[in-house]
Amino acid sequence: MPHLPANSLPHRLGRTLRTPLGVTALTACVLLTLVAVLGPVLLGARADQVDTAAIDQGSSAAHLLGTDDLGRDIAARVVVATRLTLELTLMASGIGVGGGLLLGVAPAVLGRRLGRLVTSAVGVLVAFPGLLFVLFLATVFGVGSTGAVLAVGLATIPPVARLVQNLTASIDGSDYVAAARILGVGRFRLVVRHLLPNIAEPCVLFAAQAAAGILVAFSGLSFLGLGVQPPQYDWGRLLNDQLNGIYVNPVAALAPGAAVVLTGLVFGLVGEVLAQAGGHRAPQERRQAVAVAPTATVPTATGPRPDGPDADALVRVRDLRVSFPGGREAVRGVSLAVGRGEALGLVGESGSGKSLTALALADLVPHPGQVSAGEIRFDGHDLRTDPRLGTTLAMVFQDPMASLNPALRVGRQLSEVAEVHLGATRSQAAARAVDRLAAVRIPSAARRAGQRPHEYSGGMRQRAVIAMGLMGEPKLIIADEPTTALDVTVQQQVLDLLAEVRADTGAALLLISHDLAVVAQVCTRVLVMYAGRIVEDLPVAELARGAAHPYTRALVGAVPTMATDPDTELATIPGRPPEPAEHGHGCSFAPRCALATGRCLGTEPELAAFGSGRRVACWHPVDPIDADPIDADPIDAEAAS
Amino acid sequence: MSSLELRAVTVRYGRFTAVRDVDLLVPEGTVTGLVGGSGSGKSTLGRAVVGLAPVVSGQVLVDGGGLGRRRGRGPVQLVFQNPYASLDPRMTVGATVAEALPRTGRAGRTAEVARYLDLVGIDPARAALTPDALSGGQRQRVALARALAARPGVLIADEITSALDVSVQGAVLNLLRALQRELGFAMLFISHNLAVVRYLCDQVAVMDDGRLVECGPSAEVLHHPDHPTTRTLLACVPTIPQAEEAS
Repeated sequence: MPHLPANSLPHRLGRTLRTPLGVTALTACVLLTLVAVLGPVLLGARADQVDTAAIDQGSSAAHLLGTDDLGRDIAARVVVATRLTLELTLMASGIGVGGGLLLGVAPAVLGRRLGRLVTSAVGVLVAFPGLLFVLFLATVFGVGSTGAVLAVGLATIPPVARLVQNLTASIDGSDYVAAARILGVGRFRLVVRHLLPNIAEPCVLFAAQAAAGILVAFSGLSFLGLGVQPPQYDWGRLLNDQLNGIYVNPVAALAPGAAVVLTGLVFGLVGEVLAQAGGHRAPQERRQAVAVAPTATVPTATGPRPDGPDADALVRVRDLRVSFPGGREAVRGVSLAVGRGEALGLVGESGSGKSLTALALADLVPHPGQVSAGEIRFDGHDLRTDPRLGTTLAMVFQDPMASLNPALRVGRQLSEVAEVHLGATRSQAAARAVDRLAAVRIPSAARRAGQRPHEYSGGMRQRAVIAMGLMGEPKLIIADEPTTALDVTVQQQVLDLLAEVRADTGAALLLISHDLAVVAQVCTRVLVMYAGRIVEDLPVAELARGAAHPYTRALVGAVPTMATDPDTELATIPGRPPEPAEHGHGCSFAPRCALATGRCLGTEPELAAFGSGRRVACWHPVDPIDADPIDADPIDAEAAS
Repeated sequence: MSSLELRAVTVRYGRFTAVRDVDLLVPEGTVTGLVGGSGSGKSTLGRAVVGLAPVVSGQVLVDGGGLGRRRGRGPVQLVFQNPYASLDPRMTVGATVAEALPRTGRAGRTAEVARYLDLVGIDPARAALTPDALSGGQRQRVALARALAARPGVLIADEITSALDVSVQGAVLNLLRALQRELGFAMLFISHNLAVVRYLCDQVAVMDDGRLVECGPSAEVLHHPDHPTTRTLLACVPTIPQAEEAS
């Protein structure tokens, strides 16, 4: 049964209205509407009652805000003026937003030439000072409410149109609009179904702000005498009438002003609420927090211990955990060791926790992630108290354009590292930057150092980021998907470079990738992660044939190689990885595993030694070559092979 | 069932020529792999076929006839690289697929949507969901369902697995191959991964700097490459080294 999804608009609106912001906006809206509807009915007579006996009185019990020059009660007049003010404001906003939407969407609907004409016309109008435009139009349309509505409304069109144009242009370039075009969806359907829904959120916000602006502009026009004419009155008109007496009876002049400000705020609130409900910023329903034992207290009890040879390793991590609010644990007790000069690969799919593991080493886990570990030691230092990033620990990220500052010259960005961490002078640092750029084989490094990142190709940018890591004397380079954003041929160059750098400097490499083949190019040992845990630790040479964990085997089989028989189906893994909040007691892979037994579903296997120099976290490791499976039932082992 | 023929197609953006003078024939019911480095013009060529890139000269022929400037759903459909960008985030999966269907009654439409979702392995009950409730692989399946719902004679797959996880990639490739064999459309499969191309394609075309530099049956091109670009691409395919007994 297709049920209403929990994130449909009514649901989101309901949820947003229950937030403090929503409650405030709703209350304010109801109050304002009541005043506008009931005000003239209840107080209309009183507001128009001329009382020559009580002219220009101050505030008193009978007249809360005093009286005007005809003895009319000002408080009543402010309340009664609410309706007219709101009517005129909403009418002008309607003209402005409606016209703006039409003009803004026009370039996407009209052909290229007409569209360009509309765009430039709007550009010219936007360049016109807003207030001047209003006054000009007010003069054209003549004084009075109608003229003012038209003037203010029309003057709002250009900025709205410009915003809508910019927003639609970005949506217009998206793949899903292109897909709709290929399907032959007509222009108007395209606008209604794809463009408008996707620009609604910023447009609603802008419209609410524009309405607040129009309220002020309208009051301004009336204040100047160009807007509402007597005997009609709005807040601007009242302000105009009472301003003469501001030194005698200040509250009488301030009250209409306060009304304008408060109503403007209400518009803003309403816009905020609608935008939140319509967009993807709606407050999430609180997930049922899974009770997670505070992990820091019992780290050694559950964490597998690295074996003896790791004792003098460069990096030692024991029972690393990264958790997020709501009981979601993305990394669940990872223990690993990187030897000096070793090239270690960390492989896993998105959501496996591989990148978070790397970020935790560099102390870069994004907020609100929390890192806890039994031990994080790097080269004899505790990384949690003594971060080493920039000197002996280098980091290379996936997107080289995002990790370089586009406004700074590349050489400058590199030399900064040496200045900050190594205390080099500016000229020393600059010289080293050129030297390092040359070391990663960037041609004519001295000239290139003076260029900005956009002048580099993708591969060269990634080289520059690697060079940045080489500004210090790195003992460990952490490369997080360094080639995913690059072309195959460039990928090969960057991988070669990483291998070369390792050979030259003796640095260890932790290469994180989703692609087993990429890791196999550079590394000697691979750790395979699944659902926040390391499930297998094996030499690259064993990867193709000797993987013991069913998940690793499936990963190897899922990728076609140059030797795959085109007539066989590729291996696939049924199901999907578990969400970080839904870890049960058993092996995380068990629901997708063909070899799973009751034991797998009941108890989570730990990463344990398997043969020489290998570890696997599986009750039924596959295809034993040179060792007995540690704990596996012999019957199951037979069934597996 | 249709064939796709490109005759001397040139695509130019301003002064930049992205595709020069490309002649290519994708015979009906077969798969042609289009490979090349980034910037070689392979994606632009795919977009040009469906009218998303300006063809300044040359012809795109489907079944020997020009596509012209006609309206409505074309005989060529394209599946985009990034399933996170190619589905409208505000539209349900069902509406997305329905958009590709010919106009029919409401009941017929729901049934057809269910049929196409089922075809690509998505539970039709999920038609009411928006794409943000789906994983990358599921989104790509929906994108595939949308393209197939338009009953194309020719399908262009533009790097459709490169944004997906490894385990999902295999499933999408299996699905695409099975559907191609079942429905018999001609396919232009654009990729930089030669291993995938080899697995899926009957014919391989190699592009470099906007030109088609080599074209022929898969086995021939990949085993006896003539052009240096093909050789470079082949040399750059990362492979998992086989254990000693394999050699």
